[in-house]
Amino acid sequence: MNFDYSDDQKFLKDEARKFLDARCSTAVVRGVLDNADRSYDETLWKGVAEQGWLGTAIPEEHGGLGLGHVELCAIAEELGRAVAPIPFASTVYFLAEALMLAGSDEQKAKWLPKIAAGEVIGCFATSEGPGPVTPASVQARVEGGKLSGTKIPVTDGDIADVAVVLANEGGRAGLFLVELAGVKREVLKTLDPTRSVAKITFEGTPAERLGPAGEGFALTEAVFDRAAVLLAFEQVGGADRCLEMAKEYAMGRYAFGRVIAGYQAIKHKLADMYVKNEVARSNAYYGAWALNTNAPELPVAASAARIAGSEAYWFASKENIQTHGGMGFTWDVDAHLFYRRSRQLALVAGAPKVWKERLVGQLERRNAA
Amino acid sequence: MDFNDSPEEAAFRDQARKWLADNAANHKATTANGRRPNSPEHMAEAKAWQTRKAEAGYACITWPKDWGGGGGTPIQQVIFNQEEAKAGVNYGYFTIGLGMCVPTVMAFADDDTKQRFVGPAVRGEEIWCQLFSEPAGGSDVAAARTRAVKDGDEWVINGQKVWTTGAQYSDFGILLVRTDPDVPKHKGLTMFWIDMHDPAVEVRPIHQMSGGSEFNEVYFTDLRVKDSQRLGGVGDGWKVALVTLMNERLAVGGASGPDYKVVMDLARQLGSLKDSQLRDKIADWYVASEGLKLTRFRTMTALSRGQTPGPESSIGKIIAANQMQDMANTSMELEDQFGIINDAAVAPLEAAFQQSLMWAPGLRIAGGTDEILKNIIAERVLGLPGDVRVDKDVAFKDMPTGR
Repeated sequence: MNFDYSDDQKFLKDEARKFLDARCSTAVVRGVLDNADRSYDETLWKGVAEQGWLGTAIPEEHGGLGLGHVELCAIAEELGRAVAPIPFASTVYFLAEALMLAGSDEQKAKWLPKIAAGEVIGCFATSEGPGPVTPASVQARVEGGKLSGTKIPVTDGDIADVAVVLANEGGRAGLFLVELAGVKREVLKTLDPTRSVAKITFEGTPAERLGPAGEGFALTEAVFDRAAVLLAFEQVGGADRCLEMAKEYAMGRYAFGRVIAGYQAIKHKLADMYVKNEVARSNAYYGAWALNTNAPELPVAASAARIAGSEAYWFASKENIQTHGGMGFTWDVDAHLFYRRSRQLALVAGAPKVWKERLVGQLERRNAA
Repeated sequence: MDFNDSPEEAAFRDQARKWLADNAANHKATTANGRRPNSPEHMAEAKAWQTRKAEAGYACITWPKDWGGGGGTPIQQVIFNQEEAKAGVNYGYFTIGLGMCVPTVMAFADDDTKQRFVGPAVRGEEIWCQLFSEPAGGSDVAAARTRAVKDGDEWVINGQKVWTTGAQYSDFGILLVRTDPDVPKHKGLTMFWIDMHDPAVEVRPIHQMSGGSEFNEVYFTDLRVKDSQRLGGVGDGWKVALVTLMNERLAVGGASGPDYKVVMDLARQLGSLKDSQLRDKIADWYVASEGLKLTRFRTMTALSRGQTPGPESSIGKIIAANQMQDMANTSMELEDQFGIINDAAVAPLEAAFQQSLMWAPGLRIAGGTDEILKNIIAERVLGLPGDVRVDKDVAFKDMPTGR
């Protein structure tokens, strides 16, 4: 049995934490939060690229480090813990994973080295309005290699150089690679301003297909599965940090003559957080294993990781505020950074509700088989 | 990350499987529908199985060979437990004795006593029970009132224990008693081993709300024990009890009973599997029970790497017991008016959900209530401070008692 990070992976994770402690304090996060003109922290993004993290799971032939996905998960956990205000997920979990999953040799050779070097920012554009993405909701069209339509919201859409877009071509859904230079983009106000969101309007923009025609939804699900595992590690990292913050505050705050950490109302709240966080971590590890080995269990494992990660982070981030009392409701205390990010992560690859339905559908088929 | 055994572990698993295949053929711990018969024949079979295991070194795998153990590692014990469960021969009668009582005897008794008791316990010839909880002290074990008074070279014991698993078939027990009511409660306790067949010991089964009687009350009326039966010093009973209780979390098992798959089957039969609220719940149950199973794999990983497992395992019973209760209730609601029927001949799945509903409250309490387990997580895992104590410096006899 070997169901944990290896020593090398732990070392990598420790190094990532040291780096982010030094380069991604919550002051850095607030530098993006408090400035409506900034979509991400460019300095941190450069630093992360220099560390090689963007190419962690990209093969060496394409300029990456050629490590496995478990290594990428370890980095994701630390980025989540630090609430890093950079387009890492959009570029690595979505664009790079979509390319490695469905890209032609040419597409991989063109884009993966640039991703690994930090020269391009990516995004993944599926939604066009409120509600889950379904065949009926996709109106974007490709005709003669030109894409028309509107995608909203697109995380990092305002700063991305290239998008992977779900659109119909000849009545069949497909994924398309689209360069965004000159494309009309509008920044939207978002609940988590440390991760920017845009509306993109395509008006005959050149688009090349990524993966087979007619496979748009299957590929979208496959990309979501891969992203879900990596996002789950960000969720676990954030949820663990919330538990630490709640503990630190409760150990130092006195009421009625003693530290509030000694009251069972607080102790049991924190114990509940711990239980949810451990369930989320274990499910995330299983997702990491499935992703790393490309196991047939990946869709089920990714669903469980996403559901558990979303639930744990939501619970820990809201109860962290509650533990802080009135201070927790102020702008100055960091608790709301995590509360915001917990919602961003829970919605960016489809809401947990959709994943629960997907999970049970898979369990039905599995049990019937 | 992988789920594979190391080469040494795989070799041990192979060897254990072969041995089980060669030896377990005539044994079965449960009936076809998962019940334990609890009959004298079942007990005799269990004892024979334990003896066979001991002869092959598979009983108490981590204990030294000199004491009848296997001289093996914790991971080997986990692997054997898995294979034994797969083979359907984990009888369960010896878990408390070998997991909690005998280790306490080994830690605190003199050599003669150890020589007398350890071997027979390992071979399953003698069964042990743990006599700690009392009517006035459940979560607060140190509030024990059962009184021992010194009389020459003997102690005279009067009082009552409760919730004693297996007292009805145990040969010996470890007993926590109050020897000094004039000092604060943790300081006036002492531990003894006792003979459960002594006529001064009376075992009465508890009629549980579930209808069954797995647990017992045990009454002591002028029970005389020798001072040499003392485990640890006079007044050191609490320290001794902590050694016993450290092992409890490992000894008390998870929930048995129907899982999410069974609920799905039932819902399919009843045409309610498309209900979105039910599907939400199924997803939550799946995630929690997988989380629990996978957390055990993390514990195994720590063992496999020669580390002491972290506190992850403490979350198990909280999740399992509450989930059992929720699944049972939800499934009964799926059955609608029919759900109230608890007749195995009529109710779906031989009334398994109705049985879980009535058993779950006990599981949420046994071996540490939900609330105590959360305190344990908060204090021992997260390092939060203990509760304000009003009983630390008060003589036990002066403590308010209530009901």
